[in-house]
Amino acid sequence: MTTTPSETHVGQRERPQSDGPILVVEDLSVTFPTQDGPVTAVKGLSYSVEMGKTLGIVGESGSGKSVSSLAVLGLHDAKASKITGSIRVAGTEVVGLSEARMRKLRGNSVSMIFQDALAALHPFYKIGNQLSEAYLVHHPSASKRDARRKAIEMLDRVGIPQPDRRVDDFPHQFSGGMRQRAMIAMGLINDPSLLIADEPTTALDVTVQAQILDLLQDLQREFNSAVVIITHDLGVIAETADDVLVMYAGRAVEYGTVKQILTKPEMPYTWGLLSSIPDVAASTDARLIPIPGNPPSLLSPPSGCSFHPRCAHVDKVPGGLCATELPALTAASGANHLKRCHLPNPELIYRTEILPEIAPDLVEEIR
Amino acid sequence: MFAYLVKRLISGALVLTLVSMAIFLLFWYGPSSPAQTICDRETSNRCGNRIEIYERTLGFDNPVHEEYLKWAKGVFVGRDIQIASTTYECDAPCLGVSYLTKQPVSEELVERLPATVSVAIGGAFLYLLFGIPIGVAAARRRGSVADKALVSSFLFLSSIPYYLFALLTWLYLTVLWEAPFVSDTGYFPITENPAKWFGGMFLAWVALGIFGCTQYTRYSRGSMVEALSEDYIRTARAKGLPERTVVYKHGLRAALVPVVTIFGIDFGTLLAGTIFTERIFDINGIGFWSLQAVQAKDLPVVAATALFSAVLLIISNLIVDVIYSVLDPRVRLS
Repeated sequence: MTTTPSETHVGQRERPQSDGPILVVEDLSVTFPTQDGPVTAVKGLSYSVEMGKTLGIVGESGSGKSVSSLAVLGLHDAKASKITGSIRVAGTEVVGLSEARMRKLRGNSVSMIFQDALAALHPFYKIGNQLSEAYLVHHPSASKRDARRKAIEMLDRVGIPQPDRRVDDFPHQFSGGMRQRAMIAMGLINDPSLLIADEPTTALDVTVQAQILDLLQDLQREFNSAVVIITHDLGVIAETADDVLVMYAGRAVEYGTVKQILTKPEMPYTWGLLSSIPDVAASTDARLIPIPGNPPSLLSPPSGCSFHPRCAHVDKVPGGLCATELPALTAASGANHLKRCHLPNPELIYRTEILPEIAPDLVEEIR
Repeated sequence: MFAYLVKRLISGALVLTLVSMAIFLLFWYGPSSPAQTICDRETSNRCGNRIEIYERTLGFDNPVHEEYLKWAKGVFVGRDIQIASTTYECDAPCLGVSYLTKQPVSEELVERLPATVSVAIGGAFLYLLFGIPIGVAAARRRGSVADKALVSSFLFLSSIPYYLFALLTWLYLTVLWEAPFVSDTGYFPITENPAKWFGGMFLAWVALGIFGCTQYTRYSRGSMVEALSEDYIRTARAKGLPERTVVYKHGLRAALVPVVTIFGIDFGTLLAGTIFTERIFDINGIGFWSLQAVQAKDLPVVAATALFSAVLLIISNLIVDVIYSVLDPRVRLS
């Protein structure tokens, strides 16, 4: 229990030491056939994550954030979904990989933690047994005693008090925050290179949420793993992410560093997300502006830009292009900053129209 | 846990007292006159004035509460029962004396119990043996052609009235096809001839088992479909567990809980007697006995079998609750 991380983890598995990204997603599309016709939940998505970095994927419900990450682990039912494109984890192509080889990857070099740990942990098995099970399946030669020791060590690592006793508790005997910690411990027990966190703090209150995010960051530093954090909360993104991918209706609509996305967003949907964050520190003049309408049905997505029916800036694009032509994901003003929008001068609109609405004091600063 | 059991047993005893009162009142104020029936039988339908002797000795001229107390006392310490000029000794637990055989009812009940228990255990075994695996297999292939065919054919099977199903089983296998070994249906004590016991019971088990397993297939399929769509199943897959472990250790473990609950109650009901099965396959168990008693207006037997089912239901409910708390750690008995 007192072993240092380096002693415990070095040499367990060959860890990619190269500079290449651990996760590369290229032109990923995920389609589910339904009774009403095929639903393409993710369309032509590409991104990559380097070791030690955190990518935040943000978007409303149904934007394809979770679907794309479940595809990384091959968790979609092969019979009920069609996946095209390429997903490479440490150089291994995952799309079309056999179930047996996929299983070796899951929970081992790539692991996932889910929102709502109460539902995601099995109600009938003790926390310790669920952790040990995750360890044993990838360490077949380890004894049950080893696995238990490892489980206690991990619970200790994620800050569960008296881990040697709590290891025999059932999930319902843990508090919400502790359950999520246990979930994280389970995700990290095999020292994954890539951790996907699907809304890890959604079901938690704000203080616990902050603790969990801190914990995730500490552990990421300690384990040097890459993290993909899926959320609809830009606050979470601001706190944890290095890079941000904004998704809408199954497509990437903006991509950049966290600074670019939060300070110089160039896509009206991102503006909408930023405008709808309540800010306690802002002046009382600042308005909370919701994005009008609802996410589109993926059965019959809007023509042209998927966001155009909800976009307030459609008129600024000549020739009604928004409704007829899907904008390409092209370079924005910053380096490596990508956007999917027809607007000719988004920086100007953001500075003159959006920023004064959501943070008037910031406008002063910029001037 | 102990306090809970004591509490449940006390409430069970209360329920039984109320049930016994209700049965006794129905018995007392019921439309048939037991005295008339028994008098007619014993005097070859020349009862006439002798009815008064029967009514008096059976206690029908006493107030009902006195007779109930007499009956209740008999349950605990036994009593002597007089019918006309003869007195019958009835040891505790005395549930009365059969008007037909003049045997103490509780003794007869114990005699017939092995037959009913044999039917119940064999039938219930087949429920589970076929019902759960078929249900699980269907749940794993949910929406496939095989699943749909199975679900609809089982729905068809279970829509047939059970007595018709059992009757047709008996008719085809014993009368028309004269299936060897199993055609001689009935209860033969297992201690005397296990093979004959098995052969005699076999068709009853098959009829009961096939019919019951359609229900258990539906229960376990539904329960399994629900369990497999839970978040923790996705977690189990994300851990890299083999599909077998995901389905059985994580899915079935959760899906079994409601099935076990239904099974406990069903098994209690089976032990209380399977009237159609025992009647059709000529098994002299408690179900058959209660049917005969109703036809012969043998009221002590009717009352005893009714009370016996109440006891079994109370006990099986209690056992189910205890098992439930063992299976689901979130449930605490208190």
